[in-house]
Amino acid sequence: MTMVTEKDINEQIAWAKINTDVLKSMENPRPAYWVTLAVCLAMVSTAVVAEYIQYTVGMGTANLNNPHMWDMYIAAFVFWIGMSHSGTLLSAILHLIHADWRKPIYRFAEAMTTFSLMTAGIFPMIHLGRVWNLYWVLPYVSDRGVWPNFRSPLVWDAFAITTYLTASMLFLFVGMIPDLAICRDNTTGWRKKLYTILSLGWVGSDQQWRNFRKIYLLMACFLIPLAVSVHSIVSADFAMSIMPGWHITTFPPYFVAGALYSGCAAIITLFILLRYFFRFEDYMTLPIMEKTAKLTFAIAMVWTYLNLIEFASVWYGHDIYNKELLIAKATGPYAWIFWTMIFCGSVLPFALAFKKLRRHMPTMFVVSLFLNLGMFFERWMIVAPTLSMSQEPHQWDIMYGSIVEWGIVFGSFGWFGMLFLIFVKIFPSVSMYEVKEMVFHRKRSAGEEDLARMTDHAKPVTQATGGEGA
Amino acid sequence: MSKKRVMGLFGDFEEAHDAIADIRRNEVPGLTVDDVTMTSPIEHPEVEEVLGERPVHIQKFTLFGAIFGVTFGFLFLAAAQASFLVQPQGGKPVIPLPSNFVLMYEMLIFFAVWLTFLSFLFLSGLLRKRSALYSEKVSLDQVAIIVEIDESIGESVKGLFQKHKVLEIREEAIR
Repeated sequence: MTMVTEKDINEQIAWAKINTDVLKSMENPRPAYWVTLAVCLAMVSTAVVAEYIQYTVGMGTANLNNPHMWDMYIAAFVFWIGMSHSGTLLSAILHLIHADWRKPIYRFAEAMTTFSLMTAGIFPMIHLGRVWNLYWVLPYVSDRGVWPNFRSPLVWDAFAITTYLTASMLFLFVGMIPDLAICRDNTTGWRKKLYTILSLGWVGSDQQWRNFRKIYLLMACFLIPLAVSVHSIVSADFAMSIMPGWHITTFPPYFVAGALYSGCAAIITLFILLRYFFRFEDYMTLPIMEKTAKLTFAIAMVWTYLNLIEFASVWYGHDIYNKELLIAKATGPYAWIFWTMIFCGSVLPFALAFKKLRRHMPTMFVVSLFLNLGMFFERWMIVAPTLSMSQEPHQWDIMYGSIVEWGIVFGSFGWFGMLFLIFVKIFPSVSMYEVKEMVFHRKRSAGEEDLARMTDHAKPVTQATGGEGA
Repeated sequence: MSKKRVMGLFGDFEEAHDAIADIRRNEVPGLTVDDVTMTSPIEHPEVEEVLGERPVHIQKFTLFGAIFGVTFGFLFLAAAQASFLVQPQGGKPVIPLPSNFVLMYEMLIFFAVWLTFLSFLFLSGLLRKRSALYSEKVSLDQVAIIVEIDESIGESVKGLFQKHKVLEIREEAIR
């Protein structure tokens, strides 16, 4: 029996139609796009008000005091850094392994990387309290005698995130240049002016394509270790301390797996939204959604395993503070968050194992939101219980964050959404030239397969069934 | 002798490749494959089979950027640490290598990526004024062959293009 495999994309789609569809998407989204943008703006306004209160009144409004010197802000920071790994995964890793199904969806994943880093970067500044003294952290000789401690993982964070933000922005930009040239050739007015500047005079010559292939490969090779280093360093913010629940050997891989997981879940969410907003049914197809969902499932299982190994090492390590904290996480005041995290992070992903559910967009949308809820709770469970219940019981204190903290964190989702939605309205969110390449190669290999099949049929039976050389 | 550029627009890669193959076979005396530039909407993987190997030098800049980054990283950090001896060291060295390695690693990637990008701009001929011979159809679905020739062989080149079902021919004088 011959198995018919559903195609990732319709190979017969004309190149001109790819241009038209993508260019039209930037002009004419569905009304839901504007509604979502308005919601994001409202969320950003909430954060602005909350930050204004914190700025004028002080950090006390955020309930930040001993032992909770950083809570929600650092959890949100880790969450957004994690989200940024989506682009690296889809763009760099899948590019290196030649998984061409990534082509219609990698552009927005790369944009997610940039905007989530821009969102994450805000949190350390907000957390400073005295944001007007931000420049004190810069390493220049001054009579204040303030000098960054390069042995601190927080300084490593600054270096790593700056590098990652720069590299991911360049990666996003370089990958867009051929598409910007298409936009330049097909638009008028302010858009034409903008795309003319940004396309840098790209004409698609063989010399440009050869250099393009090389730079894309080189940058992909750099981005993968960079992404791993960024989240390892973020994990070092915790693991370099001797606090129970933080001083754990498996933290770097655990953070990286969590980052890839939340990134993948966010890709599913935005995949569904963009598919609807811009009528991208021909490009963001169900088979591609299925592959993304399977990838998410695989990463979810890695994350689950790393959780179990962490629990096991704490349990059998028999360090009393660590063990008590683990028990407190599962049975104490944060237990409902812990078990929601386990359910959303380890149990719910099994929904992705069912083909019918993977192909049902509303279900996938809801599942992806819950996966990310689980991942946010994961970050909360890393930060808050250790601060609430560390070595000294007289300091124990349960904390859920003030309304100011929640307002700022809530607004960060709006900030990310706003940047992302503006980006996809101005720049092509589907890579036109890569979809053309995908269609071209698939059509050609399908033609070669047909030819091979026809040749096989024409061969003598002894050869077709395997003769001497078989 | 005055020179000019001629551009032929083709409907697909096959026709364009056949035209270049004819140029390789010296069907037009005085025109070699080194004078040929192909512009296309996508990168064709077999372009090297037709045009021959042409060198790419970006990786050399990447290597330079990486070496510079790691060296500069060390010197920058060591200089910064050595200029602030008042900071309590807690018995640790003034210039601690293990933590500096982490930052040097980041600086390596930072400068390697930047040098790669800048070399890409330079080596790909970007940030220059586009030739008047550029056709917007190339960003859609057509393939262009651009040759730089003496005016005397202009007609032969056009004849070769027409043999391979060229859709449109444009030319430009080189000053």
